[in-house]
Amino acid sequence: MGKRVLLVEDEPNIIEAITFLLSREGWHVDTHSDGATAVDKVRDLAPDLLMLDHMLPGKSGLDILTELRSDSDYAALPILMLTARGQMRDRAQAEEAGVSRFMTKPFSNTEVLNAVRDLTYT
Amino acid sequence: MASEGLTGSRIRERRIIAGFKQADLARKIGISASYLNLIEHNRRRIGGKLLLDIAATLGVEASALTEGAEAALIASLRESAAGASIATNELDRAEEFAGRFPGWAEVLSAAHRRISGLERTVETLNDRMAHDPQVAASVHELLTTAAAIRSTASILAEDKTITEEWRDRFHANIDQDSRRLSDSSKALVGYLDATEHASDAQTGGSPQDELDAFLEAHDYSFPSLEDGSADVDTVLQDTPQLASVAAQHIARKTLERLQSDAKRVALVTLRDALGADPLDPISLARSFDVPVSLMLRRLAAMPDLQTGLVVCDRSGSFVFRKPVSGFAIPRFGAACPLWPLFDVFALPGQVARRRVQQVGRGSAEFDCFAVAEAAGQATYNSAPLVQATMLIVPVTTTFDTAQDALEVGSTCRVCARSKCPGRREPSILSEGF
Repeated sequence: MGKRVLLVEDEPNIIEAITFLLSREGWHVDTHSDGATAVDKVRDLAPDLLMLDHMLPGKSGLDILTELRSDSDYAALPILMLTARGQMRDRAQAEEAGVSRFMTKPFSNTEVLNAVRDLTYT
Repeated sequence: MASEGLTGSRIRERRIIAGFKQADLARKIGISASYLNLIEHNRRRIGGKLLLDIAATLGVEASALTEGAEAALIASLRESAAGASIATNELDRAEEFAGRFPGWAEVLSAAHRRISGLERTVETLNDRMAHDPQVAASVHELLTTAAAIRSTASILAEDKTITEEWRDRFHANIDQDSRRLSDSSKALVGYLDATEHASDAQTGGSPQDELDAFLEAHDYSFPSLEDGSADVDTVLQDTPQLASVAAQHIARKTLERLQSDAKRVALVTLRDALGADPLDPISLARSFDVPVSLMLRRLAAMPDLQTGLVVCDRSGSFVFRKPVSGFAIPRFGAACPLWPLFDVFALPGQVARRRVQQVGRGSAEFDCFAVAEAAGQATYNSAPLVQATMLIVPVTTTFDTAQDALEVGSTCRVCARSKCPGRREPSILSEGF
């Protein structure tokens, strides 16, 4: 089995497109749409990469990121944040919280694939 | 200066000196931070136990917070100096300065208060713009939908081996998302329009905005002034759009000019003169023996012609705007420098006639007639003030020409024309933004 990515995103058509895109590249893609239980999902699945939307129901991507980074088990987990919130302040907050890569919507598939490859050395 | 009115300022100054955050002090004395904020900005009276509690928490005598004008003045000077990073030894001389130069000290203090007030206003407006939840949610929705469409469309365009099932699924997704994008865009534009109108209604906007609202409410037509059955004073009665004195002044000048124009060229007579011939403002101006700019204004005043008109001064500021469907005129000046309106400043008196098309606004074309002419009376050894006037005529109603339409924009920020020599700033429609 290829590497495992967990996509936490609540937009169904983005989930479908990214799932197709990464599956085609040999990734095993798990998806999850609820912010409140996203951290538990990460602990359950132990993905090689986490793709995280910023605005999620239940808990924000930023809070999820902060919670994960406060756990030493996930201090080095590559986390790619996909967000429609592209303001400098949002980016700065995410970087301060320890995001690995910050990508604003709308993104191109090439950008996503390149970021995934960079972050996982594949 | 009422000493009581500035107690709040002194509390604020003492709090900052003591190193308390507003929220911390509020918590210690058992009131909300927002209430303390009102007190500090002298919007709530204060006295009694609350004043004593604040004084005790700040470690000062209550009288230090309620002293008279001189103490308030000194406090204001210190606050102003603190913001200017003045040397400590100079800061200590605030009292001496206020004593020796009370007038100058008061000027400095007043300027500081005014700056502080303006800063608060800017912060409030900035905050409102940055945190409007409706706009933020709408933009988020637009970007998310655009991301889904872009990603899905790329897969369809690039992957030639995709199965029929996936292709159908992605087509359905794109169809669904494009409808959503369309609905979200309309909703956002509707909200912004409503906000803009509500804002105008509440604040009146700028005087020019008030004038625009007034003219729009009358559909840019004043039959009673045209036929002389009413005077300007009568028309200006009961005009809720003209809230400010400045707007009333501008409106009066606009209507007086219209009245004067109407006396020289009556619309009834002009309509007869137009006949079925192609529009020829120079010929019409000659036959009525009036300047071309006046003729352009008269043509714009004819309701059945459905033309637009812009008049600007030499600085490029609009002094009159009558919009026409399909040709966007920015609300706040800074229009496209390619408009014939600005060309004519180079040769006052020469009439430009140019077919134009606005980029990104469909295929509608317009014939623009523009002229720059001196405004006001001539004086010796003084360059005349010049105004440029441009009549914007939808192309079906005017002269026939084989020339290609000149591509122009509305204003740089929303213009998609690439490699434009006149561009002042990147467009939000391009990648350069």
